[in-house]
Amino acid sequence: MILLSAIGRLGAWTLALLAGIGRFAAFTLETLSHAVRPPFHGREIALALLQMGWLSLPVVGLTALFTGGALALQIYAGGNRFGAEAVVPQIVAIGMVRELGPVLVGLMIAARVTSSVAAEIATMKVTEQIDALVTLSTHPMKYLVLPRVLAGLVSVPVLVGIGDIIGVMGGWLVATERLGFVSTSYLHNTINFLEPLDIISSLAKGAVFGFLAALMGCWFGLNSGRGAMGVGRATKGAVVAASVAILAANLVLTEAFFSA
Amino acid sequence: MIELRGLRKSFGPNTVLDGIDLDVARGKSLVVIGGSGTGKSVLLKCILGLVAPDAGTIRLGGQDVTRLPRDAFLSRFGMLFQGGALFDSLPVWQNVAFRHLKARMPRAEARARAIDALARVGLPERTADLYPAELSGGMQKRAALARAIAASPEVVFFDEPTAGLDPIMAGVINRLIREAVTDLGATAVTITHDMTTVHTVADRVALLHGGKLRWMGPTADLDHSGDPFVEQFIHGRPDGPIATLR
Repeated sequence: MILLSAIGRLGAWTLALLAGIGRFAAFTLETLSHAVRPPFHGREIALALLQMGWLSLPVVGLTALFTGGALALQIYAGGNRFGAEAVVPQIVAIGMVRELGPVLVGLMIAARVTSSVAAEIATMKVTEQIDALVTLSTHPMKYLVLPRVLAGLVSVPVLVGIGDIIGVMGGWLVATERLGFVSTSYLHNTINFLEPLDIISSLAKGAVFGFLAALMGCWFGLNSGRGAMGVGRATKGAVVAASVAILAANLVLTEAFFSA
Repeated sequence: MIELRGLRKSFGPNTVLDGIDLDVARGKSLVVIGGSGTGKSVLLKCILGLVAPDAGTIRLGGQDVTRLPRDAFLSRFGMLFQGGALFDSLPVWQNVAFRHLKARMPRAEARARAIDALARVGLPERTADLYPAELSGGMQKRAALARAIAASPEVVFFDEPTAGLDPIMAGVINRLIREAVTDLGATAVTITHDMTTVHTVADRVALLHGGKLRWMGPTADLDHSGDPFVEQFIHGRPDGPIATLR
């Protein structure tokens, strides 16, 4: 009896999971379909770009700066064990541009933007603002979801690019001020070592992470439960889902770009 | 103007609307009364398409609403939500002029119209640039009322318009609703359990209970309807056919 009950619960859970994946896939496709169907809310898109892009710059810059500096220290200390201290510029560059830049920016966006998008939309749902939008002949997908998803898709690669540069400069700062590297040769080694694919992969990861972060915020916000607890759960679920999705997508994209 | 036939809606095992037949004549004000959780809000949301009914037909001006273009259909409605549902991220005037701005009306003209609409509900011009969170509850309700009537809709729905307001502010809102209906010539459906609202704004009254319309008639007949459900409800008696939880 207990075994049958457990199997039944597992079956119900699996069905619910599959239904959820199906609904999320349909939601994603509907979002994309609105990207090619006017009308577009230009003001909302501009505001979302401001919120997700411009206003995220400080946190992204600081994160990249400290990470680049710490990375230089770690590589110097680790390389010291087998006489490879000189590779600090190259490893900082490749580490920041290929991996740490996009992933850390993605995670910071998940923390800063996904949470706020989910909480804002969930609160709008709880307070009937989304119903009010509909009664004012405005499609919530067009007015709320598409601007945020577009902003994520466009602004996060830019943030990643800026984060990459600041991260490399963080490594340069520590290397030249603390570790005795010569500034010009450090920068020369960094630039010479990076390949176009490194930069392309970084920006592509940024676009995918931005898309996922915004989409998760909107999905969880629109599907929130009632009351303060519903808003809290939606926000928490959105940040967790966005973070895990970003890390999983990072693995897939790294495999796609660099496995050969 | 609005005709409902056999409208049904259930949420899981809970039947909220169980075959509602209802007519609201053009330019008339119907108030739907009933206890909390009896499906009054669901009734309005079904008409607006915010909630999909399980069965039944909804006709507006003789046309099946499912066959009408969605935007054109909704543009004939205004709605005052229970909590106001003003958009937090927009200043009051942009809330009120939302439909005008969406229709690409020049911002200066839309703002002027919004200020006119705010004046109609007794809000001064200085409130136009405030955000909803900066207004008191009564002012938010007025601003939401201004938004509901700003585009001169043919039909206006009012969902618990006086909930949470003090008696004086509730009286002000009731009077504004009556004026809006009379001045605009709009068809109005109000849902409430506030008997003052009923007597102020209604031409006709309907009592919703157990998913069905138990009674409907002119406001003048309400106090001597002879219906035990209506009698219990309007006098707020704990004992009667409407079961209460204690």
